[in-house]
Amino acid sequence: MPRFEYAPAPESRAVVDIASSYGLFIDGEFVESASGGSLKTINPATEESLADVAVADEADVDRAVRAARRAQEKVWGPMPGAERAKYLFRIARLLAERSREFAVLEVLDNGKPIREARDVDVPTAAAHFFYYAGWADKLDHAGFGPSPRPHGVAGQVIPWNFPLLMLAWKIAPALATGNTVVLKPAETTPLTALLFADLLRQAELPPGVVNIVTGAGATGAAVVAHPGVDKVAFTGSTAVGKRIAKEIAGTRKHATLELGGKAANIVFDDAPIDQAVEGIVNGIFFNQGQVCCAGSRLLVQESVAAEVVERLKVRLGTLRVGDPMDKNTDVGAINSAAQLARITDLTKAGEEEGAVRWTADCALPEQGFWFAPTVFTDVSAAHRIAREEIFGPVLSVLTFRTPAEAVAKANNTPYGLSAGIWTEKGSRILSMADKLRAGVVWANTFNRFDPTSPFGGYKESGYGREGGRHGLASYLIEGSTR
Amino acid sequence: MLPRARPTRVVRMPDTSRLDGMTSTVTTPSSESVPRSHPADRTGAQVAADAAAVIGSADLSEAGLRRFLHGLPGVDRVGADGRAAHLGTRSIKTTAKAWALDLTISMVDLTTLEGADTPGKVRSLVAKARTPEPGDPTCPRPAAVCVYGDMVAEARDAVGNSGIRVAAVATAFPSGRAGRQVRLADTRDAVAAGADEIDMVIDRGAFLSGGFRKVYDDIVAVREVCHDAEHPAHLKVILETGELATYDNVRRASWLAMLAGADFIKTSTGKVSPAATLPVTVIMLEAVRDFLATTGVQVGVKPAGGIRTAKDAIKYLVSVNEVAGEPWLDPDYFRFGASSLLNDVLLQRQKLATGAYSGPDYVTID
Repeated sequence: MPRFEYAPAPESRAVVDIASSYGLFIDGEFVESASGGSLKTINPATEESLADVAVADEADVDRAVRAARRAQEKVWGPMPGAERAKYLFRIARLLAERSREFAVLEVLDNGKPIREARDVDVPTAAAHFFYYAGWADKLDHAGFGPSPRPHGVAGQVIPWNFPLLMLAWKIAPALATGNTVVLKPAETTPLTALLFADLLRQAELPPGVVNIVTGAGATGAAVVAHPGVDKVAFTGSTAVGKRIAKEIAGTRKHATLELGGKAANIVFDDAPIDQAVEGIVNGIFFNQGQVCCAGSRLLVQESVAAEVVERLKVRLGTLRVGDPMDKNTDVGAINSAAQLARITDLTKAGEEEGAVRWTADCALPEQGFWFAPTVFTDVSAAHRIAREEIFGPVLSVLTFRTPAEAVAKANNTPYGLSAGIWTEKGSRILSMADKLRAGVVWANTFNRFDPTSPFGGYKESGYGREGGRHGLASYLIEGSTR
Repeated sequence: MLPRARPTRVVRMPDTSRLDGMTSTVTTPSSESVPRSHPADRTGAQVAADAAAVIGSADLSEAGLRRFLHGLPGVDRVGADGRAAHLGTRSIKTTAKAWALDLTISMVDLTTLEGADTPGKVRSLVAKARTPEPGDPTCPRPAAVCVYGDMVAEARDAVGNSGIRVAAVATAFPSGRAGRQVRLADTRDAVAAGADEIDMVIDRGAFLSGGFRKVYDDIVAVREVCHDAEHPAHLKVILETGELATYDNVRRASWLAMLAGADFIKTSTGKVSPAATLPVTVIMLEAVRDFLATTGVQVGVKPAGGIRTAKDAIKYLVSVNEVAGEPWLDPDYFRFGASSLLNDVLLQRQKLATGAYSGPDYVTID
């Protein structure tokens, strides 16, 4: 027993009401699905069932797209930007006001620790709405030509790792630019999107501007395939992203795809070591490593490799793994049994291929889906754990000798979403950032998100940018192309 | 880089002293069973030998010290601030809070450092330290009272055999702007008057102008005075981090003070703003952790000035726990330099005991 035993500090779940079942949010109302089909969503930390959620089929998606089209043509598209902005500001304010409710629900449905939902997911989601609200009446001056136009109806499919935040990344720029939305939340994490639907009614957003259709892969496919959708935005796995790209090839649909990653976090021997260790921890153990831009490959200069790994292990010993609702928990539950199986499978492959496995000494709860923070050393670029996205709390440590070797190894992946550089030398940061083929390069930090900063990938990590002025481009047809 | 003579490791203390059920009494954990030495037990020769081993050469010249201190890993300000902010979000409740409040009280150096100090004021301060919570004998006492040198005799007399230690600021506190002989005489007087602990200030001017050897020699000389006395005193070295300005300097000054034989490194005099901050304290905790791993010597840390609430104190204890480690959760290795903190902790303690907030009239002023 440690001397300073932190007593349990659970967040109250009484702040949020979860209904026993949820319908689809179409044209401003919750409606039954045509087929009556539903799926259960569970709390991954306890495996308790939270609610039944309707499954939308093609008929439901069609209804949603028609509602979105009507709203776009009659209400939202013609509305002056300054008026649209008022709605977006109202949504942002309501999100901030109801932040505790959203944070708790996110934790229950996703398994992430309340500290992260409270301090990162929900405030950043609100910040995205505040940020894009400001753009709504300034689109003529945003560098997209005179009077840029919206595409029309955006079909959006989002993942389970940041359910509310990804919703905000998708919906905020779409609405600011005059598009309407049909959004499909992830199969395992639909609840905050449905609570957001409730918030939209509170904000009195005109019916049909945002429609939320829940379901699994087939529902997402129906959204992407619907002929009434003008613009597809997807965040998720590279495999599905490729299918979407094929599916919409030859159609008029535009797409942004934000896919997988295998980011290199590069630590030079002149790095601020203590902060680098924090950055490594934040890079791969934030959100249980279920982050597309996670720093899953640690590239550390050989001269400091032993010291960095040793310090990292000591630091990992202080991570608190367990009840996501406890305010002191650092690492929560894995989102689903399927994801846990994938992590387990890949780590097994790591051991079989000869990498050395180290796992933090921590007791894991018996119920739910858990994986202890794990570090692999002696990893070579050929190992599966160095090439494939694990999407879990598993770090692969590789070493390098020179800056050129670091660049070569960092770029030696089909992905290109993010990278990190740790050095006290400013000129090295700039030269490395120039050479790394990654959409986001963090210097002496990692996993920082801000609505003003564009985010997106190179290579198989996808295309298009979300966030910042760049994020508007994906939802606009330039004025000059009329 | 940090010295590589030994692999970096964190020494974990065997669990010999855990408090049963986190009751409200704090006992000082014993440390005999652990192979680490208290810095005050070293002779001057050992201190010099340890310093040479850390630096990797017997060259303790200005240039040798500079090479070593400037070779320490840098501190990224944004990252260090972020780490401290993260530690500040821990939620310490119920039993953990009760334990932490009592530990906090036992770590306080109850301080009065005013030009207007009088024997009466010092006696009153000591009385407060002896009986922090009248009517509750389970309430622990602060570790020490901290006064100016000319008040040591008065304080010594007042503490009697209570076990409360007398700490004195010395060496031309707070600026340190005096010749070495004056600074040493100041120290000698305080030690002779019965001070158990000396809180010295470093020459920040020398440090900032690169005079590392001067700072080192000052500390060594003050340490000698503390040790040569009939009743040897422990030495706390005040870095005055508010004047050092950068986190890199805080780390360098921490190492320099430890190399010169500090028993404690202390953030501030309390006379300069900013005084103690959480990020600065975290950087100092990293330094003592690394110094222990390198030398086997465990140096203490004392943030001082500006810590006024129980809530803040608990953030510091969380940082001690998660950065330096459990061995520092001990008044021998961690102190708070504070005057008003004690009463806020007492109010929180009453709240935990009774379930209701009392008010400032329900704790005594010193």
